[in-house]
Amino acid sequence: MLSVLRSLWNVFLHMFQPRVTVQYPEQKPYLPPRHKGRIVLTRDPDGGERCVACYLCAVACPVDCISLQATEDENGRRYPEFFRINFSRCIFCGYCEEACPTYAIQLTPDFEMGEYKRQNLVYEKEDLLISGEGKRHGYNFWRVAGVKIGGKDKGEAENEAPPVDVRSLLP
Amino acid sequence: MNPTLYYIIVVFVVLMVPLNLAAILIWLERRLLALWQDRYGPNRVGPFGLLQSVADMVKIFFKEDWIPPFADKVVFVLAPAIIVVTVLLTFAVIPFAPSFVVANLNIGVLFFLGLSSLGVYSVVLAGWSSDSKYSLLGGMRASAQMLSYEVFMGLAMMGTVVMAGSFNLSDIVEAQRHVWFVVPQFLGFVLFFIAGIAETRRLPFDLPEAESELVAGFHAEYSGMKFGMFFVGEYMGVILISCMITLLYLGGWLGPWLPAGVWFAIKVFLLICFFILLRAALPRPRFDQLMSWGWKIMLPLALVNLLVTGALVLAFK
Ligand code: SF4
Ligand code: SF4
Repeated sequence: MLSVLRSLWNVFLHMFQPRVTVQYPEQKPYLPPRHKGRIVLTRDPDGGERCVACYLCAVACPVDCISLQATEDENGRRYPEFFRINFSRCIFCGYCEEACPTYAIQLTPDFEMGEYKRQNLVYEKEDLLISGEGKRHGYNFWRVAGVKIGGKDKGEAENEAPPVDVRSLLP
Repeated sequence: MNPTLYYIIVVFVVLMVPLNLAAILIWLERRLLALWQDRYGPNRVGPFGLLQSVADMVKIFFKEDWIPPFADKVVFVLAPAIIVVTVLLTFAVIPFAPSFVVANLNIGVLFFLGLSSLGVYSVVLAGWSSDSKYSLLGGMRASAQMLSYEVFMGLAMMGTVVMAGSFNLSDIVEAQRHVWFVVPQFLGFVLFFIAGIAETRRLPFDLPEAESELVAGFHAEYSGMKFGMFFVGEYMGVILISCMITLLYLGGWLGPWLPAGVWFAIKVFLLICFFILLRAALPRPRFDQLMSWGWKIMLPLALVNLLVTGALVLAFK
């Protein structure tokens, strides 16, 4: 019986305590930069698309909401012909970001994506692609990868040794 | 003024005030619960969220009004009406201020007891006619709880009747001119209060509803305005019990300086807030605990209280 009265009194005292609610639309909470929100596709420092259309994100996605089609430009650079994320299915798990070998796909601390039409939640590549580098600065996949593209031959990448001439007899 | 006209106004006021107050109480309860849980509660619709009740009402009116095909239709529809009707009828004998009462019955207390017993039918029939397990369990719990708590509710309030020497509620209030009955009848006050909570099926005695175990108990199958009726009935029940406690133990409209009606309103308001505080603070007991408290502790205490009161009143006459 005494404990009942005591809990009544304690709850009553909460009247004079500050409230913990954050009045959201007026009062925004701080979201750390690594918060997993709206997904973007970033560009490398030279302004080219980072995504090499390797499909790894689409495979990693547990809800299968990424769809893309690989193609190549005249220089032999792979890039996605279209890249589509259906945000009405995305669960913002960040697996795509983990899977991406080129830091192309990144999650950002923006979650205010409400729409009246569900179709509007399907983002195309022009909606996803941003002009900056996102969280990862100074990384350019084509500059470090040992893949030959137009304007960069084999062995010309950073820290890459020139290819071995297999026909030479010299060691 | 023409007495007929006067009574028509009184009836209108007594009918409208509890109904509207019940709607506002929904807002008040949510705000107060939030306050005691360090939240804000509904504060967006209108000033302080006051129009939240209006929004809720609009919503509930436009909900699909569904009667389950397996239900007993007539009883199913009738049940929610019973609770509202019985509670509203009881307001007829409540004197809000001297001579501001619809029916100044000389057996007002008995009228209240009788109608609150009839109110049990509402939940029992609702639980029965829904023809579903949860509803039936809720209805059974409700009937057992309300019947057993009604027994000592009546006994507890007889203490005040003995002291005032009348069943008339206005006379009981007038008998408290010198000292409120809460002082000499403190035990009765506590018992009546507990019984009142059980009677309105509010937390911590909301076992008939018990969301966590019975979904929603006796009104699990109800939707739309029929569910709304149960809700309104419950809130009006809270107002009614607060009115009764005020009348029987807290001196009704008596009080210095302010006009009679204002005193009555203040006391009722504070009691309603206390009802909500109970809900914010206390967990729900087990059903067998509830029943054994009722029969093994409350009932003997109420009997002793009545006996001692009667003996003392006789001795000092
Ligand atoms: S965050 Fe998760 S669910 Fe969303 S696109 Fe990436 S992998 Fe799929
Ligand atoms: S975003 Fe990354 S993982 Fe997905 S296809 Fe492009 S490069 Fe591959």
